[in-house]
Amino acid sequence: MRPRAYWPVTLAAALLVGLLAYGLTTTGTDTTLDAAVAKGERPSPPVGSALPRLGEDGTGSLADYKGKVVLVNIWASWCDPCVDELPLVQKTHEMMEAKGGTVVGIDVKENTGAALDAVDDFGLTYPNLRDRDGDFVRKWGQTGYPENFVIDRDGRIAAVRRFPITQKWVDETLAPILDEEA
Amino acid sequence: MRALLALLALLLAVAAPAAQAAQAPRASLPDIEDEVMCLECRTPLNVSTSDVADQQRAFISELIDQGRTKAEIKAALVREYGPRVLGEPEEKGFGLAAWIVPILVALGALALVIVTARRWRREPQPAGAEAAAAPAEGGRELDPEDARRLDAELAAYDR
Repeated sequence: MRPRAYWPVTLAAALLVGLLAYGLTTTGTDTTLDAAVAKGERPSPPVGSALPRLGEDGTGSLADYKGKVVLVNIWASWCDPCVDELPLVQKTHEMMEAKGGTVVGIDVKENTGAALDAVDDFGLTYPNLRDRDGDFVRKWGQTGYPENFVIDRDGRIAAVRRFPITQKWVDETLAPILDEEA
Repeated sequence: MRALLALLALLLAVAAPAAQAAQAPRASLPDIEDEVMCLECRTPLNVSTSDVADQQRAFISELIDQGRTKAEIKAALVREYGPRVLGEPEEKGFGLAAWIVPILVALGALALVIVTARRWRREPQPAGAEAAAAPAEGGRELDPEDARRLDAELAAYDR
């Protein structure tokens, strides 16, 4: 190949490498929230669009619950650990409701019928929003199922748990946030 | 007579769509699942074995059992799972690259072919290369040095 023919090839290669780098940086896992919470900060939740309500008409968003402590539970009925966690999530919701809090479920990547079956099976009484394609939870740095986030009364993320919750975690992490004043 | 014609027209109007529907091939899971993505595994549904893929397949099978057409099932999938379920890249952000890059690559390749072809046509063939490319048989004779070497090698081969 002649030297003068190198520059288009070099340019094309640079563009492809740039595209790859852009793809990796924009589609990788975002750990910003975890890092901030680990440092004792309370970051604002990622801004997301309103989501369809499960089993109801219309849309909803976490902003609808401002002033309340919210346990955001990311789940799907095809995920066994999520299903195993549901009884404790419902029990936690009942405890939170008595203190002016609520659980908000974010049901991810499943059809309405399957999700509603799980809601009926476990007698879930807290509101659920549908993240049809996982776009919403991706902004929260989601890496698996289930994941849980506690939002304080000021609307900031106070705790992150990227596993199923336990009663110990509820007592030691969630309950003190629930007792905080706004 | 008018009443008979009207009745005939009515029968045709009812029967035609029904016949068309009967002719439409029944939707099948293998036909649909190779055009649908498993949202969690990010692979085509027909090669996905995860729980979420099983749930998507169950959803499709349920609609097939209800007698829905392939187009109706795909529309229902988009309604329930969003447009990404059909595996088409988004027309925004990084997804745009999937639409633009193949076009740019094709245009680049076409430009390269055109430029290379024009350059080949323009460049004169070197005299030596032309001579080397010409067949010896039926053409010019070998020069004496080559003829001597050929004879020597053939003689060595005969021994």
